[in-house]
Amino acid sequence: MKKPAMLNVIDPGLLTTVQDLGRLCWYHIGMPPAGALDNFAFRVGNLLVGNPEGAAGLEMTYTGPQLEMTTETLIAVTGAEVTLQMNNQPAALWRAHHVVPGDRISLGSARRGARAYICITGGVDVPERLGSRSTYMLGRFGGLDGRKLEANDQLQVGSPAVSFEKMLGRTFDPALIPTLSREMTVRVVIGMCSHRVTTTSLQEFLNATWEVSTEADRIGYRLKGPTFEFKPGEQPFGAGADPSNVVDLGYPIGSIQIPGGLEAIVLLNDAVTGGGYTTIGTVIKSDLDLIAQASPGCQIHFDEVGIEQALQARRDREATLNLIRMELGIFDQAGALGQ
Amino acid sequence: MSDTRYHYGGDEYLLVIFSEAMDLAINFKLLSICHEIKHRQVPGVIEACPANASYLVHFRPEEVHPDHLIHTLKDIEKQIQHADTLHSRLVDIPVLFDDPWTKECAQRFADRHQDPSVSNLEYLMRVNGYSSKQEFIRAYCDRPFWISMVGFVPGTAWCYRMCPPDQAIQAPKYIRPRTDTPERAVAHGGVFLCIYPVRGPGGYQMIGMSAVPVYDPEEHLPDLRGRYILATTGDRWKFRPIDMDEYNDIRSQVEAGSYRYRIVEQDFQPSAYIRDPSRYLKRLQEEAVDEETGHA
Repeated sequence: MKKPAMLNVIDPGLLTTVQDLGRLCWYHIGMPPAGALDNFAFRVGNLLVGNPEGAAGLEMTYTGPQLEMTTETLIAVTGAEVTLQMNNQPAALWRAHHVVPGDRISLGSARRGARAYICITGGVDVPERLGSRSTYMLGRFGGLDGRKLEANDQLQVGSPAVSFEKMLGRTFDPALIPTLSREMTVRVVIGMCSHRVTTTSLQEFLNATWEVSTEADRIGYRLKGPTFEFKPGEQPFGAGADPSNVVDLGYPIGSIQIPGGLEAIVLLNDAVTGGGYTTIGTVIKSDLDLIAQASPGCQIHFDEVGIEQALQARRDREATLNLIRMELGIFDQAGALGQ
Repeated sequence: MSDTRYHYGGDEYLLVIFSEAMDLAINFKLLSICHEIKHRQVPGVIEACPANASYLVHFRPEEVHPDHLIHTLKDIEKQIQHADTLHSRLVDIPVLFDDPWTKECAQRFADRHQDPSVSNLEYLMRVNGYSSKQEFIRAYCDRPFWISMVGFVPGTAWCYRMCPPDQAIQAPKYIRPRTDTPERAVAHGGVFLCIYPVRGPGGYQMIGMSAVPVYDPEEHLPDLRGRYILATTGDRWKFRPIDMDEYNDIRSQVEAGSYRYRIVEQDFQPSAYIRDPSRYLKRLQEEAVDEETGHA
C-alpha cells in the first residue's frame, strides 16, 4: 500500500488557509462562498501543476508558511510577490517546480501584494463541505476544521488528474502575469441604494483617493476617505434611525457599504451576506483580485463602469486565462492535457 | 404599476427592491417569487436569496445576460401578484430573559450605549412604554415572529413580530457596535429580533439567552443534520420564557446531542393573515397544539 501523500506544516505563516473556488448556492442561509480571494492567481496556480482550476490549494496572507513534502509532485506559487525558497534555494513564482519527499518550501513576506497561492498536483484533500473545501473561519466551516493552519498540521494531497511529469517544464509568457501596485483603480457598477446619498457625495466618492485601513481581511476591506452626505428625508419603517440604515437586504460580494456615512467597506468572499447599511455600488468581479492583493496603506480609486463594460472585463480576463491554458498546452477546463 | 426596482449588483448579482419600508405582505409575496425562481430553474441563476423587502439573485453572466434575466424576473413578478400558500414551520424557542451573560456583556460595552445606567432589556422596555418586566416579556412573546430574512452569518434570522406596524416594538441599535456578543444572545434592533449564531460583533439590544443553538456547523443535533442552521425564511418562531433550571436542563440536552426542537409543520395562508392577523394566528396556534398533543 502506498502511503497517502502529505503536506506537513512546519510554520503556518501569519494566516494560511485551505481555499478553492468557493461554495455556491448557500448565500441564502448566510453562508458566504469563501474561496481564494485572488481568483486569477489561484486558477493559474492550479493550471501550472496540471489541476482542474477548482482544486484546493493554500492561501497565505502577508507572510508565508514553511511546508515539507512527503511525496514527489509539482507545486507552484502565484499571486503576491513573495520570496520563495525550495530547500533554501530561491525559486521562481508563477511556474511549476518539481519536489521530492523531504523537500522544504518556504515563503517569506510579501514585497508587493498581500496573498499568495500554493497549488500542488492533486490538490489539498480536506473533506468537502457543502460542495467546497474552502475555509470560512468566522463560521468555523470547511477547510481544515474551519480554521487557519497551525504548526504540525498535516494535509493530505489528493490524487492527480494527470501525472505531474506531463506538466514538467511547461511555462507561459510572463507578460500575462498581472502587475501589482500600491495604487490601483478598480471598476465599480454604481447602483442599489446609491440614490440615498447626494449627487455631490457620490461624485466625491469617485474622485477621491481611498486608503486601505488596517481593518482589511477576507470578510471586507475598510477604506478611509471622505465622508458621505445623505439626502434628507424620513427614514422608512423598520430601517433604523441612522440615515445610513436601510431595511436589511442582501449584500453582493464586492458591494460597497457606507456605515454611518463615515467609511466605505468593500465586502469580499467571506462577506456578511446581508444587513442594514446603504450599499452604493459593486466592484466588478475581475477587479476584486486587485483588492485581494491590497494591504493597509494602499490607495484605491474607483472608476464607474456600466454593465456592458463589466461584462467585457470578464471576457477579457477569461481570454487571458485561455492564452495561458494554450501556452501550457491545456485544452479544457478540467485540466486535460494536449500533446 | 409595480414600484419594484431592479438593480445591478456588479456583473454577478441583481438586487430587486420592492419597498424601502418593512412590510410583511411584501415579504410574503417575495418569498413566493423566490420559490418560483427556484422551481423554474431559471437558466444561469445560481440562487435567489430573499430579504425583508427585497431579494438578491446570484447568476452566471456567461449563461444569461443580466438584462435578459431582469426580463424573466419581471415576468415572474407579474405572474405572482399575490403570495401563494407558504410552507411554514412553527418552532419553539426557549429563552432565559434578563440573563446574567448578556448583562455582563452590556456592562463591558457600556460606553457605546445610549443609557448604560439601565440594562438593555430595561432600555427596550422604557422606549416602548413598559415598566414591569413580566408584563413586557409576556407582551413581547404573545405573538410568533416571522422569519423574513436569513443571512449576515450562517443562521442569523431576522425575526419580525407578527403585529400591525403601530404595535411594533422598536429599539435603536447601539450608538457604536460592540466588538463582542455571546453566542445565542437574543437581541432586538429596529423592528427585528435576532439570535446571534456565533460569538461576534453586534449592535442590537441584548435581552436574553436562547437555550438552543441556531447554527450547528458540527451537525451535533439531529434536527440540524445536513441543514446546519435552524432558520428558514417563512418559518415562525415562538419565544417561550423559561427559568434558569429549565435553561440548564435544555443546555445539558443540547451538549449531549439529544435535544429535539419542538417544530410543527403548517401551511400558512398570507391572505388569511392579512384579513385578520390575530384571529388567524390564534387558529394556527390551536392547530399546532392539537398537532403536538395528537403526536404525544
